[in-house]
Amino acid sequence: MKKRLPAFVITFIIWLLLTWPGKEDWQEQVFAGLICSAIVAALLGHIYPQRAEKLLQPKRYLWALVYIPYFIYWCVRANLDVAYRVLHPEMPIRPGIVRVTTNLQTDMAKTFLANSITLTPGTLTVDIIGQDFFVHWIYIPTEDVEEHTRLIVGRFERMLKEIFE
Amino acid sequence: MSDLVATVIIFIGLLFDLFGCIGLVRLPDIYNRVQASTKCVTLGTCMILIGVLIHAGIGALGIKALVCAVFILFTSPVAAHAVARGAHFFGVRLWEGSVMDKFLEERESQKKDK
Repeated sequence: MKKRLPAFVITFIIWLLLTWPGKEDWQEQVFAGLICSAIVAALLGHIYPQRAEKLLQPKRYLWALVYIPYFIYWCVRANLDVAYRVLHPEMPIRPGIVRVTTNLQTDMAKTFLANSITLTPGTLTVDIIGQDFFVHWIYIPTEDVEEHTRLIVGRFERMLKEIFE
Repeated sequence: MSDLVATVIIFIGLLFDLFGCIGLVRLPDIYNRVQASTKCVTLGTCMILIGVLIHAGIGALGIKALVCAVFILFTSPVAAHAVARGAHFFGVRLWEGSVMDKFLEERESQKKDK
């Protein structure tokens, strides 16, 4: 029961945002939302984060607030990078798949790291095996393996550690 | 004023979507194409939805656009990963100008161990 409570609360908040109850019929909307959230929490609550007390630590939210603008900055740079490569007449690409390693342990943190890598300049996560990420890189600047990890993972790892671990 | 800002943001979003489509046509292999289309289409579509939010204001329509933008931000990298991984397992090789393929080496060394 304790595990399913965060699932219920998150689902209910998303329901309220999506339906945005109006002035006349808000009781019905909220009541339907409570029922639907309860069903979702009962069926799928076990796949939500196992350690729910993490959701109540304010320090994690502060780090998330730092992370979001930082992420948006890299996301915009990624787009300008793609635009440059695509519009350049000679297409300056030097692609390949490299292996990088991470210190992050939890699945949640690894998922967010993989998604962040995909949306930042020139990189795309192809697969994760244990601690190894296989990343397709559109322009590999160097053959040095250590340097790959520093360039791709180093940008986000520390912040994600503070947020999710 | 907010209409002007919304129009400008939607226009920039469309421009990024266009770059993504050009990349889809011009780049040589599936992995590079997935890269171009994922990045540009994610940010482009999110910007269109944020333009809708600014145009409509905080309300039923605007908040729906914002929630959709967040969903796209979470799901589109996962979809790109699934496409690239599926292609690699299916046997699609990298473009001949590629420098290295560590994932193929890893998979072949795992096969030998078995």
